Amino acid sequence: MAVLKTSGLRKTFGDFKALDGVDIEVEAGEVFGFIGPNGSGKSTTLRVLLGILQATEGKAEIFGLDAWEDAVEIHKRVAYVPGEVNLWPNLTGGEVIDLFIKLRGGKPDGKREELIRRFDLDPRKKCRAYSKGNRQKVALIAALCMDADLYILDEPTSGLDPLMERVFQDYVMEVKAQGKSVLLSSHILSEVEKICDKVAIIRQGKIIETGTLKELRHLTGTIVQVETKLPIAGLREMKGVSGVTAEDGVVSFQADTEELDAVMRHISGFGITRMDSSPPTLEELFIRHYEKADQPGGVD
Amino acid sequence: MGKGLVQGTTALMRFIVQRDRLRLPLWLLSFVAVSCIIAFAFTGLYQNDAERQAMAETMRNPAMTAMVGPGYGLDNYTIGAMLSHEMLLMTAVVVGLMNILLLSRHTRADEEDGRLEMIRSLPVGRLSNLLSVLLVLFGVNALLAVLTAISLMALNIESIDAEGSFVYGFALGSAGMVFAAIAAVFAQLSQSSRGTVGFSITALLLAYMIRAIGDLSGGTLSLFSPLGWILRTEAYVNNYWWPIFLTAGAALALSSIALYLNSVRDLGSGFLPVRTGRPHASKGLANPFGLAFRLQRTGLIAWAAGLLLIGASYGSVLGDMESFFEDIDLMQQLIVQQSGFSITEQFIPVLMSVMAILGTIPVLMAVLKVKGEETNGRLEHILSKAVSKNRLLGAYVLLAVLVSFVILGLAGLGLGGVGTAVIKEDLQLGMFLEAAMAYAPAAWVMLGIAVLLLGWAPRFTGFMWLYIAFSFIVIYFGGLFQFPDWVQKLTPFGYIAKVPIEDVDYGVLAALTAAAAVLLIIGFMGFNRRDISQS
Repeated sequence: MAVLKTSGLRKTFGDFKALDGVDIEVEAGEVFGFIGPNGSGKSTTLRVLLGILQATEGKAEIFGLDAWEDAVEIHKRVAYVPGEVNLWPNLTGGEVIDLFIKLRGGKPDGKREELIRRFDLDPRKKCRAYSKGNRQKVALIAALCMDADLYILDEPTSGLDPLMERVFQDYVMEVKAQGKSVLLSSHILSEVEKICDKVAIIRQGKIIETGTLKELRHLTGTIVQVETKLPIAGLREMKGVSGVTAEDGVVSFQADTEELDAVMRHISGFGITRMDSSPPTLEELFIRHYEKADQPGGVD
Repeated sequence: MGKGLVQGTTALMRFIVQRDRLRLPLWLLSFVAVSCIIAFAFTGLYQNDAERQAMAETMRNPAMTAMVGPGYGLDNYTIGAMLSHEMLLMTAVVVGLMNILLLSRHTRADEEDGRLEMIRSLPVGRLSNLLSVLLVLFGVNALLAVLTAISLMALNIESIDAEGSFVYGFALGSAGMVFAAIAAVFAQLSQSSRGTVGFSITALLLAYMIRAIGDLSGGTLSLFSPLGWILRTEAYVNNYWWPIFLTAGAALALSSIALYLNSVRDLGSGFLPVRTGRPHASKGLANPFGLAFRLQRTGLIAWAAGLLLIGASYGSVLGDMESFFEDIDLMQQLIVQQSGFSITEQFIPVLMSVMAILGTIPVLMAVLKVKGEETNGRLEHILSKAVSKNRLLGAYVLLAVLVSFVILGLAGLGLGGVGTAVIKEDLQLGMFLEAAMAYAPAAWVMLGIAVLLLGWAPRFTGFMWLYIAFSFIVIYFGGLFQFPDWVQKLTPFGYIAKVPIEDVDYGVLAALTAAAAVLLIIGFMGFNRRDISQS
C-alpha cells in the first residue's frame, strides 16, 4: 500500500494555477525524488501534503488519511524540513531542536547528540547568528532524530557543503534501510540520481514524467559518441535521433531506444573507429524534457 | 591619516543621507512638531498667571522632580519655563533614542548583515564608515537644534525668546550627539546590532535614573549624567550655555574613543564576549503556549512594568488633583461633571480608561504575533508537527487573556497602591482593582476582533491599531469635544462603568464577554479553514 498518494491535485491562488494535476505515489521503503525548477510547484505540493495549504481539487493522502482533515494524526508519524528554514532569532539551535521533538509528541531516539556532532552544529548559538546552511542543519537534525515513517524534505541540502551533503545522504540511506519512506524535493540532480529510487518531474504545476530512473532513461534513449573514417551522412534526418553535434571529428547525439538498432546499422557503414555510449544523466533528461515542453506541440 | 583611513568619507555621508532621505526628515519633523504643539497647547491650557502658578505648585513634589527634573523658574512659571521644565528631559530621551537607533543601523547592523564588507572591499578607508555616520548624525542634531529654535521662536509666544529657544534647541542637539557617540562606542564593543542597541538604551536609562536620584538628593550625582547636564541649561529662565559645551565636548571625546576602537579591531569582531545560549530547551518550552510566551517574554515584562509605573505615577498626583483642576477650565471639561463626587473621584475613571486602552496594546500584540510568525514562515514548523491549528491559535489567545489580567491588575495596583496613600477621600485599593478589572471584557472584545481578522482577513490585522487609536480619542477626549453618547458606544471601552462614580454593571460585562467569545469562535473557524500563507 502506498504511504503517500496524490491524485488530480490542483491548487489555485486567485487566477494562478500553482498545481494543475499532480499525481504521485510513494511506497514504503522508497526514496522518491521530486524535481523541477523554482516556481514549478514542488513546495506547494509538499505544503498541501502537510495540510498547511488546502487543495482546491483532488486528493492528497498520507498513510491512507486525508492530508487536510487528519493533519495532526498524520504529523505524528511525519518529519518535515521546509525549503526556507526561518527560525526564531532569540532561541538557540538546541532549544529549537528540543521544541520540535516535543511538539511532535515523540521521544528522540537518542540520536540527537550524534546528529549534532556529525552535522557539526553548535547548539548553543542563537538562531540569528546561524547561516542558511546552519538553520537547515537545525531543521534536518530535528527531523532525522525522530522515529518517523515518512520524511518530507524540501530541498534539504541547498545550503549544505559537500561534506554535509554526504552526511545527509548517509542518513537517508539509513532511514531507507529501516523500511521508511522519503519524499525529497531537489534541484540538485546528482543527489537525486544517487539516492532516489523513483523520480517525478514537475513543470508548471503538472507532473510531466514519473518512474524509476531506469524507466526514464529507457524512455529517452542513449547518448552516443562516435568517430568514423568517413563523415556520417544523413544522421540528422534519421528517426529517433536528436541533439547531433560534431566537434574535432567526434559526433555525439542521442538515440531513442526503439531506433537504436537502425541508427547503429546506418553508422557502421561509415567505418567506426571509436565509440562510446552512456545512459543520459538526470540533468540531460531534465533539460530534454524542458526543451521538448517548450517547443510548440510539446507537453503543453 | 596618511594611509587613507578616511578615504571616501564624503561619498559615504552622501550615501547615508540618501538611504535615510525619508527617515531623517520624518524624525526631525516629528520633534519640531511635537515641541511646537506642546508649547502652543500650553498657551491654550494655561491662559493666565494664576493658572500657570497653580501648575507650578503641582510641580513642587518629589515625584515630579524624579520624572522631569528639578524645578526652575517655578516662582515665575512662564510658558517658556513650563516648556523647558516639563518637556526638555523627555524630548532629550527620545532624541537620544533616535540617535542610538540610527547609529546602530548604519554601523553594527550593516556590519552584521555583510553590507559593510562590500563597502570595505572598495577603495574606502577603515574609519570612513564610522566617521561618516558620526558626522551625519552630528549634522542631524545641529539641524534639529536650529529647526527647533527657529520654529519655537516663530510661535511668537512672549516668554519664548530667541536666546532661550537656541539654548533649548542646542540642549536637545547636544544630548543627541552624546548618545550617538555612546552608541558608537557600544557598536565597537558589542558584536551584534541588538547588543549595540541594548547596551546603549541601558546607558540611556541609567543616565535618566542617575539624574533622577541625583535631583532628589541635592544634585551632585546628576552631574554624572549627560541628561543631568542639559537640565542645568535652565532654558528660558537662566539660559546657561556651559552644559551644552560640556555635553558636546563629551560627545567628541567618546567619538574619538569609538574611532580608536574601530581602528584596532577586525571587521565583524567585538570586544565583549559573545554569550552562548542553552544547548537544551527548558521544560517550559515544550508546547505552543511555552513558545508563544518565550518569544514575547521580554516585551511583555516591559509592558507590565511600564503599566505599573504609569499607574503609580498617575497615583502620585491624585492628591494634587483638586488644586490642579480648580483654576483650569479646559481641564475640567475633560472629565464628566457629576455632583456629589470630588474631582479626584471623577478623574479616576478617566485615568483608568486611558490605562486600560494602553494595556490592551500588549494584549493585541500577544495574539497578533501569530501573523508575524506566519509571514516569517515559522508557523509552518509548528503546524507540520502534531499540533492542530486550534491548539496553536489557542495558545496565543490564552497568553493574550492572561496578559489582560496581569496588565490591568498591575495598572490598578499602581494607581491604587500609590493613590490611596496620597488622597484625602476614603477609597480602598480593592475599588481600584475592581475598576481596572472591569475593563478586561472590553479588552477581550478587542482580542476577539483581532482573532476574527486573523481567521478571515489576515491582511487587515493592522486595522486593530487604528481601532485602538480611535478608542483612545473617543474615550479620552470625549468630554472635551462633546461627542454624542452613541460615539462612545462604537468602542467596547465605552460600555464600561465609571467606577467609583458608577457601580460595576456585571450584566454589561457578561454581555461583552459573550460577544468576545462569539468573535473568538468565528475567528477560530476561519483560521481552521484558511491556508497558511507562504513565506
